[in-house]
Amino acid sequence: MGNNGKGSMAGKVVTVTSGKGGVGKTTATANLGAALAAGGDKVVCVDADIGLRNLDVVLGLENRIVYDLVDIIEGRCRLRQALIRDKRLPELFLIPAAQTRDKSAVSPSDMVRLCNELRGEHDWILIDSPAGIERGFRNAIAPADVVLVVTNPEVSAVRDADRIIGLIEAEEKGPALLVINRIRPNMVRRGDMLSAEDVLELLAVELVGMVPEDENIVTSTNRGMPVALNGKSKAGQAFRNIARRLKGEEVPFVDMDDEGFFGRISRLIRSGGK
Amino acid sequence: MLVILGEGNWDELHPILLEQLDQQAEFLRGARLALDVGNLILKAVDLGQLRDQLSERGLALWAVLSSSPTTEQTAQTLGLATRIAKPVPERVTASAATSLKSGEQAVLVRRTLRSGFSLKHPGHIIIIGDVNPGAEIVAGGDVLVWGHLRGMVHAGAEGDENAVVCALDLAPTQLRIAGLIATTPKRRGKPQPETARVMDGQVVAEPWNPKTR
Repeated sequence: MGNNGKGSMAGKVVTVTSGKGGVGKTTATANLGAALAAGGDKVVCVDADIGLRNLDVVLGLENRIVYDLVDIIEGRCRLRQALIRDKRLPELFLIPAAQTRDKSAVSPSDMVRLCNELRGEHDWILIDSPAGIERGFRNAIAPADVVLVVTNPEVSAVRDADRIIGLIEAEEKGPALLVINRIRPNMVRRGDMLSAEDVLELLAVELVGMVPEDENIVTSTNRGMPVALNGKSKAGQAFRNIARRLKGEEVPFVDMDDEGFFGRISRLIRSGGK
Repeated sequence: MLVILGEGNWDELHPILLEQLDQQAEFLRGARLALDVGNLILKAVDLGQLRDQLSERGLALWAVLSSSPTTEQTAQTLGLATRIAKPVPERVTASAATSLKSGEQAVLVRRTLRSGFSLKHPGHIIIIGDVNPGAEIVAGGDVLVWGHLRGMVHAGAEGDENAVVCALDLAPTQLRIAGLIATTPKRRGKPQPETARVMDGQVVAEPWNPKTR
């Protein structure tokens, strides 16, 4: 609505969405939040997946929830009371979703009002959108300044991303930024997986990140410790790069094909044996 | 409840509509609203804003009826109905009945049609941009795509077998001309401009060859 004064407000609202489920929206939200907060920015992550919350679990803050998003909107608590501060990163906050309600408990204008309130106090407001194109998705993109579309290099995920990008354009929230998640460079090399170029050719939007498949994601999710805080993880590095690009830095894309010295040697031997 | 807007522009009508609804707020609470906007052209922001304002008043915007294809398209992308089962006021049916004969007019669309987008026109359709899988185009006349054509396309939808479909990269998930249906065979090599037409009761695609012309 009266969002024309965007420039005067401090915080930027970034909505992370995908259409298809299970492509890594929540993981991306948690890690971008952690990466931005580790860089000293004040960040609040908002879980808009009401009824199926899990951003709190991925961030390891599940046991600290007292109030949630619906409590704020229905006036049962003040905004400050529902903000959960991360133990490791003092600049990272979470507003959890309600688990006992559903998407209809919140309207798009509620989300706009909430985010306008958050903008004054935070540099980044990251919204984790639910899968799908219904009410929950509408709620999540209503306040967005920037929309990140997460997809996997799979035909079904790309198809859904395409639909979502169209909807974002129709709501005049575009142009969307694309994150390609769970890339397996060796499969791409064999021609068994869509490459980033294939995906970009179809979707024709700006690429903001390529994240390789990484087993560390599973362990970090289970432990509630974002992988972006793990200096060794390749996926963590990719998320830190996305965070820097969001802040306007020019960060070159790391060559996914970087398999290391031994990998290259062994490949040479293999191809020589053919 | 069906609300029919009078003549005028949206900036004038919009506040009047909200005022009327506020006056009857108690009676209307929880109602589903179908709005007939006549030939007004409404943008996604307008409709989105209206939907939010209605939801604040406890009303749901259910359908937007319009004789303008732009408004209808916008409403569809927002997930609103554009047809209702109840008898539609005469004005709308009248404008719908004056459909064009195929081949008389064309629409030019200069954007990428993404999955879920549907474009229907009684005349020809020209697209500058790609048509992605999951999008559909239905034309009474010909379809010309200056880009990749990967969605569903139906030319000559009212039965015109002389209609053609041409594209820089003709690779639709399904191609229909009049009553005939074809799928794209697996392509070898680079995409090339092609034209599909009906020959002897079959859909045939032939490459554009500068040398033979």
